[in-house]
Amino acid sequence: MSIEFRGVRKAFPDGTVAVEDFSLVIPSRTTTVLLGSSGCGKTTLLRMVNRMVDPSAGTVLIDDEDVAAVDPVALRRRIGYVMQNSGLLPHRRVADNIATVPRLNGVAKDAARERALQLMDTVGLDRSLADRYPAQLSGGQQQRVGVARALAAEPNILLMDEPFGAVDPIVRAELQQELIRLRRELEKTVVFVTHDVDEAFLLGDQVVLLQRGGRIAQAGTPAEILANPASDFVADFVGAGRGRRSLRVEEIDGVLVVVDADGRPAGVLADEARTAPGSATRGNRAQ
Amino acid sequence: MSVFLEALAWLFSPERLGAGGIPQRIGEHLWFTLIAFALASAIAVPLGYLVGHTGRGREVAVAVAGAARALPSFGLILLLVMLVGVLQIGAAVTAALVILAIPSILAGAYAGIEAIDRRTIDAARAVGMTEWQVLTRVEIPLGLPLLLSGMRNGVLQIVATATLAGYVGLGGLGDDILQGIALRNYPQTLGGALLVVALALVLDGVFAVLERVAVPHGVRKRGGALPRSSSASRTPAASAAN
Repeated sequence: MSIEFRGVRKAFPDGTVAVEDFSLVIPSRTTTVLLGSSGCGKTTLLRMVNRMVDPSAGTVLIDDEDVAAVDPVALRRRIGYVMQNSGLLPHRRVADNIATVPRLNGVAKDAARERALQLMDTVGLDRSLADRYPAQLSGGQQQRVGVARALAAEPNILLMDEPFGAVDPIVRAELQQELIRLRRELEKTVVFVTHDVDEAFLLGDQVVLLQRGGRIAQAGTPAEILANPASDFVADFVGAGRGRRSLRVEEIDGVLVVVDADGRPAGVLADEARTAPGSATRGNRAQ
Repeated sequence: MSVFLEALAWLFSPERLGAGGIPQRIGEHLWFTLIAFALASAIAVPLGYLVGHTGRGREVAVAVAGAARALPSFGLILLLVMLVGVLQIGAAVTAALVILAIPSILAGAYAGIEAIDRRTIDAARAVGMTEWQVLTRVEIPLGLPLLLSGMRNGVLQIVATATLAGYVGLGGLGDDILQGIALRNYPQTLGGALLVVALALVLDGVFAVLERVAVPHGVRKRGGALPRSSSASRTPAASAAN
């Protein structure tokens, strides 16, 4: 399902304008990352998709249908939503949390639980955790439950609001890889909000870098943004300006090692890259 | 000390069992308490939930609750008796007790909802719960302990103040206290007072237990944290018992 923002604006009652005038097309079955510092309106934009926020002007369309015409409750039940603190219901067991939306939709208890257990497999959670309460899980496990809950209604759209922001870097890397795997298997349209450039470049087919007021500083693939930063702001934000992402190849003991601007090794140049001259200079996005 | 012993003697004297005796007085007292508590809850709980759920009218609720708490209970009863007339003393006293209990219960109802992590409620809404479902499946269960704590305060307020019903001739344990004062029978006064205290303690205990039971599994805390690794524990309570 494609999502389109058309001239969207959001002004809150207290006068702050979170989003001035935002237009963007998010193609079906791709991952789009809204990237920016806090206060740039990225979460506001995300929440417009499932009508947790209604725009003051402009429209949001899902498959060319204006979401303003859809009942918000029905809309939210067919859109997965994952948030930073997992947002699980503390008084419900893991399986019941995952089964929340199917149960709201009237799926029988046993069937909903069976579905919840399957989803636990999908997101890499041991089934023995099904009867735990959220507070008994680690942060990473809670996040997985959050993802499983979002997938439970088999949505075509997955909204993720800094879902890995509150877990430690190792778990975050693990969850990111898991998400990449899930995305391959499930083919959903994912909208992902983060302030982390590395995460954005890792996960995004399309990255939209936002400035204050939801103004698009640059939108494109990670490679495009790295190769041609549209402004100093973009170059600064993604680190190209500071040389953080300019890598070069050095030969150490006969092995080609890729090092960053400070001379710290970032990795070893793969064999196939050696035979393709020039590819090593393209940056660290060669895949 | 002798007054105390005499009070006990008065309490346990066989004469206290007949008409106008202790069981009847306790019954009357509890009856007033129950009716006033039910009426106060019927008004304050929905109102508190409305305030807590919508977040609107919070300032008004706080102000009203605060002001009502400062009301002198005795004055309120006398005022209401004068207002509605001596023919409906029962209604007047009940109304006074209701008014006195509302602030605590109202505060408990909205505080219970207000104390819930906003992100939990936001998430419930975001996955597609209706406002009613957010209230009944998230806010009410998670807010129950604080509501009961408010009810506990309210019921204690009622049970203590219901003593004044005796002053306008409606019976209850206040009857014995006031009669004792009038007759300078201090053992009777003290005996009645002890019974009010005992009744209050029993009700307080009942609510203490209810409050504990009402804490939903999963948010129950013992020693600050829920057990994490014990694979045998299906419920936190089961493993917290060891």
